Amino acid sequence: MAPAEIRQVILDILKKIAPDEDLSSLDDSVPFREQMELDSMDFLDIVMELRKAYRVQIPEEDYHHLGTMDSTVTYLTPILKDV
Amino acid sequence: MHYETLIIGAGLSGLAAGIRLAYFDQQVCVLERHTTIGGLNSFYRLRGRNHDVGLHAVTNYAKPGTKTGPLSKLLRQLRIRWDDFSLCEQNGSSIKFPGCTLQFSNDFELLHEQINSAFPSEKDHFARLHQFLINFDELDLQQNAQSARETLNQYLGDAMLIDMLFCPLMFYGSAKPDDMDLNQFVVMYKSIFMEGFGRPFKGVRPIMKTLVRQYKKLGGELRLRAGVKRILTDGNRAVGVELDDGTQLTADRILSSAGAVETAQLCPPCPSTKEEASFEPIAGDVTFNEIIDTLDTTPAELGHNETIIFFNNSEKFSYRKPDEPCDLQSGIICSPNNFQYDTPLEEGCIRVTALANHDYWLSLSEEEYIEAKADWVQKIRETAIQHLPDYRSHIIDTDSFTPKTIKRYTGHINGCVYGAPNKSLDGSTNWDNLLLCGTDQGFLGIVGAMLSGITMANNHCLMN
Ligand SMILES: Cc1cc2nc3c(=O)[nH]c(=O)nc-3n(C[C@H](O)[C@H](O)[C@H](O)COP(=O)(O)OP(=O)(O)OC[C@H]3O[C@@H](n4cnc5c(N)ncnc54)[C@H](O)[C@@H]3O)c2cc1C
Repeated sequence: MAPAEIRQVILDILKKIAPDEDLSSLDDSVPFREQMELDSMDFLDIVMELRKAYRVQIPEEDYHHLGTMDSTVTYLTPILKDV
Repeated sequence: MHYETLIIGAGLSGLAAGIRLAYFDQQVCVLERHTTIGGLNSFYRLRGRNHDVGLHAVTNYAKPGTKTGPLSKLLRQLRIRWDDFSLCEQNGSSIKFPGCTLQFSNDFELLHEQINSAFPSEKDHFARLHQFLINFDELDLQQNAQSARETLNQYLGDAMLIDMLFCPLMFYGSAKPDDMDLNQFVVMYKSIFMEGFGRPFKGVRPIMKTLVRQYKKLGGELRLRAGVKRILTDGNRAVGVELDDGTQLTADRILSSAGAVETAQLCPPCPSTKEEASFEPIAGDVTFNEIIDTLDTTPAELGHNETIIFFNNSEKFSYRKPDEPCDLQSGIICSPNNFQYDTPLEEGCIRVTALANHDYWLSLSEEEYIEAKADWVQKIRETAIQHLPDYRSHIIDTDSFTPKTIKRYTGHINGCVYGAPNKSLDGSTNWDNLLLCGTDQGFLGIVGAMLSGITMANNHCLMN
């Protein structure tokens, strides 16, 4: 998957987790937490949704890579390159 | 059959946990002894009328579109919509003590003003307490139990104000006599005084039905009439269950909403290789009788518009197992009609709850039980009408339940509603792979039970 596709995957997941959020103005370089109401339960869901859809395992010590859209896409690009 | 997770109990917590696991494709099965779902918050039909077992009001009210708070959190986690519950807000409620009434609504300012004018000398003290409670992290599952009464005594000087604050919070969520764990107090303070009450037009049915529909849609398996007779263990580990009919099922882990003591009783005495038990649950003994009166008119027609009244008629508020069959000094009066629905409910209804002595109610013969129940319905009603218009000539049907009813239908020891006085906040038991959710994990009430199921599913069944 290319970075742009990965970005779309993450957007779709965020839409599922937080249906009431307006994601059109999301700034990719600013932490999700500062732009939307996400807590640790929601971050677990991002990880779980990725596992459910693509069978990728993200270890807990890597969760900090999921802070912003940019860092998430960078982190996932090598992991999802063959998907 | 082998499952990744087996869940004991199809109440709010068990079904909420089940939804999380089924959503993430686990092989999961919910086992329920009763013939129907719901547990402490079930529903039934009697003489042509729909009744709810437990629902007075859903706490933690939040308007549609709200992004924070327990209700929004659980809707998101369960992937269900606000409209599935469609909570209507309360009219307003009150706490009535001798010579003093405090009104509250879903707008915290009302309670704040009421306290300031009824207890002017406590104005600053209460403001400081409120700030402390707001900053408290009640969701930290690693904290040790502390006494809420000790904390309140540090902030407030007026014993009556302390009791008045405790009264609704204890009635809606304390397993401890005359005190609460501080974290539980904070949970209830925020969910009742700051967020407030709502109710779906059709009571608990839409909540339970939404949960079970979502669970099944996601592929979860639900077995009714499937009581767990014992939990199978191997060394320190729980490995499966044996059902009442002898069927054995194995699982990677078991999540039980049956209660802490109840669950321990399903296991062998103690893990053979563990030096000492780390968590010793205690059977609770705070519980209630409740009467449900159906009226030929509405409470509003009789001049009663309040949603819930928490009353106490004596000098000191006592929240404990009474010596008498029921405690007639205090109680809850709930009028399901008095929420802001678009159209009125079909019939009028008044529910009254009183603290009850479970030893008494569980010791009676069938005949004595029927007689005592009828007798105490009258007595409980008489105490209630000190606080609202005498509605007795309008009663067209009455049902009532006691600790015996609760025990029969949910299996909870002593017919207790709020379970053990000591909670296992992280859900752990003395057995590996056996976790608690619901009442004895420590998140109580309707919203609490669902959050408990979600949290325990996340922490113990999904994170690995
Ligand atoms: C009268 C009353 C009024 C209430 N009013 C309110 C209110 O107004 N607002 C509010 O928020 N909360 C209220 N509550 C509290 C709320 O109902 C509970 O906190 C909540 O339902 C607890 O859910 P739970 O899943 O933890 O437990 P339960 O609902 O008790 O679920 C446990 C389930 O496990 C099953 N079970 C037990 N043992 C076994 C076994 N061995 N094998 C298989 N199944 C088993 C039981 O049958 C039960 O269905 C009220 C409760 C009562 C009784």
